Amino acid sequence: MKRLAAGSELDGFRIGACLHAGGMAHIYEVSYADDRAAPFEMVMKVPRMTAGDGAENIVSFEVEHQILQVLQGTHVPRFVAAGDLMTIPYLVMEHVPGLTLQQVLNEHAQQRTHAAVSDMARIGSAIARAAHSLHQQNTCHLDLKPANVLLHPDGHVVLLDFGLSCHAHYPDFLAEELRKAVGSPAWIAPEQVVGVRGDPRSDIFAIGVMLYELATGELPFGNPQTTGGMRQRLWMDPAPPRRLREDLPEWFQEVVLRCLEPEAAKRYPSAAHLAFDLEHPEQIKVTKRGKQVLGTPFLTHLKRWLKAAGMHYQPSPLPSQQIDEVPIVMVAVPHHEPSDAMLYSLRLSVARSLGLRPGARLAVVTVISPNQSSTSEHDKSETTLHRQYRTMLQQWAQPLDLSQHQTSYHVLESSDVANAIVRYAEGNNVSMIVMGAATRGLQMQRFVATTPIKVAMESPCTVILVKPSLPFERLMD
Amino acid sequence: MKYALLSDIHGNLHALDACLAHAQAHGAERIAILGDLVGYGAFPSEVVARCQSLQNEGAIVLRGNHEELIQSHHINARNLSPSLGSQTAEWTHHQLSPAQRFWLEILPLTVQVEHMLMVHASADVPERWRYVEDERTASLSLDAACANPQVRYVFGGHVHHQSLYYRGAGRQLMAFKPTGGIPIPTPKHRQWIATIGSVGQPRDGNPRAMYALFDSTAEKLTFHRVAYDHRAAARAVREAGLPEFFAQRLETGK
Repeated sequence: MKRLAAGSELDGFRIGACLHAGGMAHIYEVSYADDRAAPFEMVMKVPRMTAGDGAENIVSFEVEHQILQVLQGTHVPRFVAAGDLMTIPYLVMEHVPGLTLQQVLNEHAQQRTHAAVSDMARIGSAIARAAHSLHQQNTCHLDLKPANVLLHPDGHVVLLDFGLSCHAHYPDFLAEELRKAVGSPAWIAPEQVVGVRGDPRSDIFAIGVMLYELATGELPFGNPQTTGGMRQRLWMDPAPPRRLREDLPEWFQEVVLRCLEPEAAKRYPSAAHLAFDLEHPEQIKVTKRGKQVLGTPFLTHLKRWLKAAGMHYQPSPLPSQQIDEVPIVMVAVPHHEPSDAMLYSLRLSVARSLGLRPGARLAVVTVISPNQSSTSEHDKSETTLHRQYRTMLQQWAQPLDLSQHQTSYHVLESSDVANAIVRYAEGNNVSMIVMGAATRGLQMQRFVATTPIKVAMESPCTVILVKPSLPFERLMD
Repeated sequence: MKYALLSDIHGNLHALDACLAHAQAHGAERIAILGDLVGYGAFPSEVVARCQSLQNEGAIVLRGNHEELIQSHHINARNLSPSLGSQTAEWTHHQLSPAQRFWLEILPLTVQVEHMLMVHASADVPERWRYVEDERTASLSLDAACANPQVRYVFGGHVHHQSLYYRGAGRQLMAFKPTGGIPIPTPKHRQWIATIGSVGQPRDGNPRAMYALFDSTAEKLTFHRVAYDHRAAARAVREAGLPEFFAQRLETGK
């Protein structure tokens, strides 16, 4: 479509300045032509190609047209209107303020600086949260790259450009029987290279590439121009980022390289898990992956190369289902005179919940009251107290088999226990809370909402209330 | 215009009424019955009567293979071990009046409305009752129908499951497994072929009745699953003395 003139009108919108003239589309500022106030600033995206230029050119616009209309939440631009695809194709959406990650990268490149580790963790977790919100809506972005990540001034991330995305509820117009690679060469996941579309872990790979880029200023796999070049990532590990930048902590490399695992099953099972790690770096278990600076040995690459040669397309399950199978389970462990029976029953319930879900992660939490710590006495200093309680939580978890589950321990301070538990669950995309049912106050429950009742009422997710009971043989002791 | 697409009712009045009520509640403006009104189920005469009055009100009603199967009344005379299907066909024959049988016999095989071609089985050879069950057979039906440039959608039944095939980026058709209740954008600049499932005899392990709503203005197709009193339908099959297999089939949806 030819460029629209500023001041002209289209379908009730007045065209403003052209903000972006890309290879695929023009983006214009727009307002309502009847001077009605809009609830937020708006832009219009108009593809360069029209239906007359051949259907395949307009397919990605058609995909975005379809998907943007059904996505919800703060991590996507709000949809306003769409023109008829065949006659006047356009999309009007919210003009989200902020800088793209690409602009941030350019700034660093110009200034010859690198992003601070804390900033990278913050940005990384904001991107992961945005991706998780898409995955919960059965959508995989599949073209995450710095130009499509917008950092909103309030700290959250808005994802742009859904032209290569895949919504599991709709036919995928970009899929075809020959299974071509669809994506941007620098950020595309290995499985996308062989034509897999719809695995949320492909987005996690792209986030890994962006974090690598942000940390080192370099692309882990370069910017290959051929399918053969893109196929390299099916078997090759990139140079460890700590080799390129010495001050990177081991945990950061651990996170980035886990995102960049060639096999999707070895990456974070969901973006919520990735956000969790970036928000609790002190809890990350650093493996060889995080420590190495030399790179992967030739023999390992060769073995993977042989495996990758046979890699082919497999259909993916619904993204929301896939991420539901690897939940974050939170257990609230009481620290004040807990009965053996309660501690035992909580453990049993957690073991059952995790046992059904390989890859699920466990957050062990206790809530202490803020006036327990004292700034003057050493034994009661905040760090000493937290260490004591953390050790208590670790001892509680000792009998659990956590080899298949990432586990972390958290001491929260709050005078309102229920509120602290609910806020923590909300803030970390927790899928299930396990906690004691507080039988002592049961008679009073009708009049006073006890902690478990309050949590059950206000929690964003499933709550399992555990009643204390010991196994028969232990009662006999 | 919102079309309710129903097929393979198979004498199941409970399921038909549940789907019609569901469609009405969802704003359906025109009904299309894509064949196999009878066979297997306990209420062939009632279903035919219902479809006749729908037709009088403007509904589309097409002929399926079972409408042919029940025409002959001595299917089993020369067959010492008749199949379950032909046993019910003979029973059904006797449940219907000659006028009803004649009405079924002269129903059309296909009809074209707006950009849709409706057919019980495959549009290339409607009278041969070939199944549209994969990308290849879907392609045969779609290509034949789209020889008429007006046609962008082919809707059929016969296979008792819900599927949608579309043209993706490549030359071959792509199969898509729809999720019930989700409106799927089906823009008419592409070509689409759907099997809308069976109202009266689901076979995918879920006893809920299947049908679809197509909004030709919004260009959206929604596949539905509707709960109905399938136990009562199964009981009626038993009480009519029809083979136990068909009663169980309604109970399990298999």
